[in-house]
Amino acid sequence: MAILEIKGVTKSFGGVKAVEDVSVNVEENTLLGIIGPNGSGKTTLVNIITGFIKPDKGSVFFKGKELIGLPPYTITNLGIGRAFQMVKPFFHLPAFKNLIVPLSSKRVRSTSGGGYGDKDAIALDILEEVGFERDSSVPYKTASVLPHGYLKRLELARLISLKSEIFILDELFSGLSIAEVTSILPIIEKILFEGNTVIMIEHRLKELFRIANKVIVFNFGRIIKEGAPKEILEDEEVKKAYLGVEV
Amino acid sequence: MKNRENYRKERIDRCIKARSDDIYALSSYKEMWYLIFPRVVPIIGIAILAYFLPLYWKKVVITTCIFAMLAVSWDFLSSCGLLSLGQALFFGIGSYTAGCLNHYFHFPIYLTIPIATICGGFISTILLLPVIRLRGIYFAMVTLILPLMLARGIEATHVFGGNEGITGLSPFPNVWVELTFIIAGMWAALFALRRFISSDYGLIFVSIRDNDRATMASGINIYAFKAQALFIGSSICAFCGAFMTHLYMFTGIPVFTMEFSILPIAASAIGGIGTLAGPLLGAFILVPLSEILREFGSLRVVFYGLVLVVCVVALPEGIFHYLSRKYNEMERWVRLE
Repeated sequence: MAILEIKGVTKSFGGVKAVEDVSVNVEENTLLGIIGPNGSGKTTLVNIITGFIKPDKGSVFFKGKELIGLPPYTITNLGIGRAFQMVKPFFHLPAFKNLIVPLSSKRVRSTSGGGYGDKDAIALDILEEVGFERDSSVPYKTASVLPHGYLKRLELARLISLKSEIFILDELFSGLSIAEVTSILPIIEKILFEGNTVIMIEHRLKELFRIANKVIVFNFGRIIKEGAPKEILEDEEVKKAYLGVEV
Repeated sequence: MKNRENYRKERIDRCIKARSDDIYALSSYKEMWYLIFPRVVPIIGIAILAYFLPLYWKKVVITTCIFAMLAVSWDFLSSCGLLSLGQALFFGIGSYTAGCLNHYFHFPIYLTIPIATICGGFISTILLLPVIRLRGIYFAMVTLILPLMLARGIEATHVFGGNEGITGLSPFPNVWVELTFIIAGMWAALFALRRFISSDYGLIFVSIRDNDRATMASGINIYAFKAQALFIGSSICAFCGAFMTHLYMFTGIPVFTMEFSILPIAASAIGGIGTLAGPLLGAFILVPLSEILREFGSLRVVFYGLVLVVCVVALPEGIFHYLSRKYNEMERWVRLE
């Protein structure tokens, strides 16, 4: 059974149909890639899944439970973590204190017994996992002075600290160097290895197609193609819509 | 000075906070003094000022403390992402609660103030609960309108004494009690809030201001937290209102005036927003300043405005931010390797 079922979701902003009749099944412990030109409705779909936007029509089921109508924090507490395309750290807090907020959430408190006081240590462990050097001063620096790469890692760390079951990564690799991407890829593979599900919106197709199990292609709010990475690469329509005619 | 060529100026942050808040500080007298000094000096300073000044200036200190508390509460609310233009609302509700309890039910002073503090916070929170989803300027507009509405409502319906207000409420025994009471309240509010906001629980409030969407995506019900912040912030204002009611033995429409909303913001702006201690410092500059300038007559507002402008232009970050940065940094010359 699919862990996340999206059925006939439609959303329009004014006259523009951002997402039109989209249905996707996400199988447990797989990596679903979502690609498509800018403005094709990928982020809107993520906003609908995570409760930030209410769709005009359609429904989303997580393990058989309807998500539409629930507020974002309840959906997060159910186990759907979401990283933002535009990084949204808590700028006034040190990096490791950024994780205190998700560690204080209902989901973490109910699963870990909510011991008070050792959150800093847990936060530092998670930061080390995503590549903050523990013995340097980086985890203690205020988020506003951290470079972009670290802020992206911080987004990932937030999802890990929430013990999410579905990781929705909205253009996690945008603005990162190749070296940074190659150092983050193993973290995503580890997340998958631990039995979680990952949904990635990505423009870096090379890296995405290496790890994705299934890829869907968006254009003008509709899914124009769905299949294994290899099929997508060979599809003529996809090439035209997104990849450019010469590949 | 020695030959500067082989030396460079090094600036280090004492970084006490990052290493440890408690144990490290106890390791030496120097470090203890370093931590205690900026806290003890203002406490003792204000106490001495308050108890040895002539009566008129004692009253000024009391008023200053009230505005300082309003400013601290404004800063606390703004630290939680609630931009308020209506400290007068919370202040007025506290004042009217205490006044009514004392006038109609003859509650003694030591009951009216605590009850007004809690009830004032509670009523203010209930009033603003429907608009707690609004952000920034939209929330501010509602808080600006509500006190005006309440004032006109009381004027029109003649409830609670209408235009004349309620007079003849029980006073404090003497000026010493007034002073001790308000100064203790002010320090309690400041230090409690400062500790609260740097705790793990308090960090969530700061995170809401930094980014409410990311806080929601971290599984936090931000509306519940905003309501809590509103209750804490408005309770402090309500306490001030209740205190002032008994101080002047009067409550009436003037408690909803804009002065109680605007002055705390000015104090926070020159003191340093987001520090809690900064607004207190700002209030202790602005309120006595306005008293000193009284002898200039009409020019008072001109000079007052001038000081405000100079402060904001010269130190846009706020006086407290500047002072604390200078205090926490050490500069020394080190030999080049």
